[in-house]
Amino acid sequence: MAITEETVKKVAKLSCLELNEEELHKMKQQISDILDYVEQLSKIPTEGVKPTSHVHGVTNAFRDDVVKESLPVEKVQKIAPDFRSGSFCVPKIIG
Amino acid sequence: MNELIKLSVLEMRDGLLTGNFSSVDLAKAHLEEIKATNSTYNSFLTVTEELALSQAAAADVKLSLQKSNSPILTGIPVAIKDQLVTEGVKTTCASKILKGFIPPYNCTAVKKLLDDGAVIVGKTNQDEFAMGSSSENSAFGVVRNPWDIESVPGGSSSGSAVAVAAGQAPLSLGTDTGGSIRQPASFTGIVGVKPTYGRVSRYGAVAFASSLDQIGPFGRCVEDAALCLRAIAGKDKRDSTSMEVPVHDYLHEIKKFDGHLKGLRIGLPKEYFIPGMDKEVEDSIRQSLKTYEKLGAEIVEISLPHTEYAIAVYYIVACAEASSNLARYDGVRYGYRYPEAQTLSEMYEKSRSLGFGAEVKRRIILGTYVLSAGYYDAYYKKAQQVRTLVINDFKAAFVNNCDVIATPVSPTTAFKIGEKTADPLQMYLGDVFTVPCSLAGLPGVSIPCGLDSKNLPIGLQLIGKPFSENALLKVAYSFGKETKFDTSKVIGRRF
Amino acid sequence: MKDFEAVIGLEVHVQLATHSKIFAVSSTKSGAEPNTFTDPVTLALPGCLPVLNKRVLDFAIKLGLATNCKIMRESILARKHYHYPDLPKGYQISQYDKPICLAGHVNVRVGGDVKRIGLTRIHLEEDAGKSVHLDAAPISLVDLNRAGVPLVEIVSEPDIRNAEEAGAYMRQLRQIVRYLDICDGNMEEGSLRCDANVSVRKIGATEFGTKVEIKNLNSFRYVEKAIDYEIERQIGVITSGGTIVQETRLWDDVSGETRSMRSKEYADDYRYFPDPDLLPLIVDDDWIDNVRKTLPELPEQAYRRFTNTYKLDPYIVELLTEEKLVSSYFDQAVSLHNNPTSIANWITTELFGRLNKEGTNLTECPVSPENLAQLVKLIDDGTISGKIAKTVFDEMFETGGSPAHIVETKGLRQVSDSGLIREAINAVITANPEQVQSYKSGKTKVFGFFVGQVMKDTQGKVNPTLLNELLKKTLDS
Repeated sequence: MAITEETVKKVAKLSCLELNEEELHKMKQQISDILDYVEQLSKIPTEGVKPTSHVHGVTNAFRDDVVKESLPVEKVQKIAPDFRSGSFCVPKIIG
Repeated sequence: MNELIKLSVLEMRDGLLTGNFSSVDLAKAHLEEIKATNSTYNSFLTVTEELALSQAAAADVKLSLQKSNSPILTGIPVAIKDQLVTEGVKTTCASKILKGFIPPYNCTAVKKLLDDGAVIVGKTNQDEFAMGSSSENSAFGVVRNPWDIESVPGGSSSGSAVAVAAGQAPLSLGTDTGGSIRQPASFTGIVGVKPTYGRVSRYGAVAFASSLDQIGPFGRCVEDAALCLRAIAGKDKRDSTSMEVPVHDYLHEIKKFDGHLKGLRIGLPKEYFIPGMDKEVEDSIRQSLKTYEKLGAEIVEISLPHTEYAIAVYYIVACAEASSNLARYDGVRYGYRYPEAQTLSEMYEKSRSLGFGAEVKRRIILGTYVLSAGYYDAYYKKAQQVRTLVINDFKAAFVNNCDVIATPVSPTTAFKIGEKTADPLQMYLGDVFTVPCSLAGLPGVSIPCGLDSKNLPIGLQLIGKPFSENALLKVAYSFGKETKFDTSKVIGRRF
Repeated sequence: MKDFEAVIGLEVHVQLATHSKIFAVSSTKSGAEPNTFTDPVTLALPGCLPVLNKRVLDFAIKLGLATNCKIMRESILARKHYHYPDLPKGYQISQYDKPICLAGHVNVRVGGDVKRIGLTRIHLEEDAGKSVHLDAAPISLVDLNRAGVPLVEIVSEPDIRNAEEAGAYMRQLRQIVRYLDICDGNMEEGSLRCDANVSVRKIGATEFGTKVEIKNLNSFRYVEKAIDYEIERQIGVITSGGTIVQETRLWDDVSGETRSMRSKEYADDYRYFPDPDLLPLIVDDDWIDNVRKTLPELPEQAYRRFTNTYKLDPYIVELLTEEKLVSSYFDQAVSLHNNPTSIANWITTELFGRLNKEGTNLTECPVSPENLAQLVKLIDDGTISGKIAKTVFDEMFETGGSPAHIVETKGLRQVSDSGLIREAINAVITANPEQVQSYKSGKTKVFGFFVGQVMKDTQGKVNPTLLNELLKKTLDS
């Protein structure tokens, strides 16, 4: 299935990725090729077939409601690109 | 070159217990080898020399106190794929977006190795975020195959495979999503095990495709891989998808092999012998099966009719999950942030666009697309349905026809660096034999079964029923025993 | 205006009162220093995996049962994707096509009538962190303490027609979650949050109008005011020939308006899919039965019981059933002394009045239900007068002491000895001959003067009925 550059742009935006013209063009071609290839799935009858969610069909894994030690804020700070007043700092959120 | 690096893990264990050498000796020997060869292979992203030496010293104390009661991996060097999170040690997944990231916690599998006294010599290079089959997607340079440094070592666990193949470590951990342990094991002539989905905790394995990812070991022989698997396997409360299934003493079990495989039925799926496959690979696989017949196994032709759809299913499912799993790399809490960003959206887009490599971006976009409104049913849901059919193929084969399935690992041996990079789809198609097993969550082992005319290793894949690692490893072991094709003996030529 | 009706559905987020987060081990407490309740899972560090806190599911089932929902035997946790700095994973774990509860309802009392409001679904999800936008600098600060706190979202059917119903529905939900002890119901702190979907249509129309979502309704008053405003605004737009734009608006309490939220930087396409890190949730009958056993009497049931069994005034019952603490306080007191009317009055007037004045609540109340029951009993058996009882109550509230003890030690027992009362009467009559004269001359109003004087002389301890009787006899003789 051919995909338009417009769609690639939209999907890139959704993915928070920025593509320049060249990347966009190449991406459109490559994604189209892959979509063409996966198109073969459409011919397989799957009515009533349950989609796999977990390969072994297992269910219910829980933990008890127990509080354990949190990560010390110094360790959080250490990995953060910009940390001020005990918080992660980002360019102003609008809206 | 220090002769210690040629030893198997069991031989190292013997030497440590008899006092022929110490854990520090082992660590030093491997660290030296890494120093001497890493500039050639580029298999390590981080070498943890200081850490390794202190862990080795601690292991020596443990060995002197506990002797043979110490865990079998005490003092044994291991290399860890950079996809696995290591507390206090840089973990980048070979991506610029995690450049310099030092995690504050440990991956469960790594922690288990450390608890057993293993010595971590470093973090290995790979395809970025485990996406790739050649290491060419690493942000930190391609890894070279010790058998031919112009060829790729396979991927994505490239560095971990090379480390073991080249004597930089006797054991290593990789991750396998669609073949990322088995294929590089095959390309580098060693043993690689992808355990059953749920056998090893994924906690701390940086997620690529959550429903497919598994951590597994590399070793130069089945015994080594088996004892490493035992050390990392088991239910982990922190991974809901890990399963409560008894973990056997695989080494003990495979040693029970008495020279016969009578009653074993090995299925040979006809769909795995496809046009475009290397003649030499096919011949080698067929030859290997003769060996099994000699051991008393019965070879039965089976059919896995949905095999041809596996790649399509895989790339939809894996990319969809990846697009979601990689959404967290946004430059807010850790990792790379574009420093000049004036607005939030600029920060997001620039950080991610500059942080991720081309293949990762391609998969994120593909994955986002197949999950987006209006396409979910046609792609993601459809793929998960066909995945059910792929699983049913295996189930039927195991119920009706065979105990183990044998296939090639890859249609070709190691290819030249740069040979396939222009066409992502062609690269994807190379995973055709490893992906179905991953989709079904089955255990798969890659063992070396021959060399082609270019003197590159060929791998045989053995696929078992869920959680049948015990039986599967025994079948893998019996092959090496019978043929004496032991790559640890050809290791010298590569140095 | 009269030609239009509003169609309103509410989405109410309820923060569940668990100890730890929905998928992580950090505390859910509020008010801590920023980012002190985080851990690898909360921070979405690479490689981390969520594991569901079982109590979250128990609480959701409890709520589902209390709101007449169908508890789904299989439900699925799904990922909802959007990028926002306070959403660490880049997706929120929520439920999509298979929520834990479906098709319930609650009955809401509005202006003397009972209205049934349908619930479409209740689903589990995780809360996001908090962002603070600085005025002084072009930055925002993100605190992830709240990220991963468990929520349920209760989605109503579009059964609500006006602000009053919406307010009553919200209050009813708050009452239920507090009865169930699964949420503190604190709206100011965001434990209960509401988004409203509002549309209007011509009366008689079968199609819905275009709906507008109003966010940020964090008090009952806001819910009501915003809906009133929005209904009027929409009718205004339509009657002046405009069309309603489907959008998200924000309630601004300062201006008393809803205003359009700036269009988002990112288009919404949440790309839901089942979270592969989490397993399907299978709930069987045993599980549901076990949760059912833990259900307390619900406010609606308590309301019915108090009204029917005790014949109490609806307004009083409303007050008594607002909180489980009150209704069980009342029940406990009544079980010790069977005078529900009087006990209800004491609770809703004296007790509430005093608690209110002290700025405290029933959890910290020094007057136990036992003591309140005893107090009413002392009135009923004539040991003390109602007037003295108020003094005794004040003392009880101050000291936490038992009324019997207070009455004894302070000598407040009511005097019902006719001889003693006559003595007191005689003393007053002797001391006030002029007043006796005016009474006898027909100015019976001065009767009250005598009562007051006797009461004064006896510190109010005289049995008032007996006093009246004897005084009248004496004066008339």
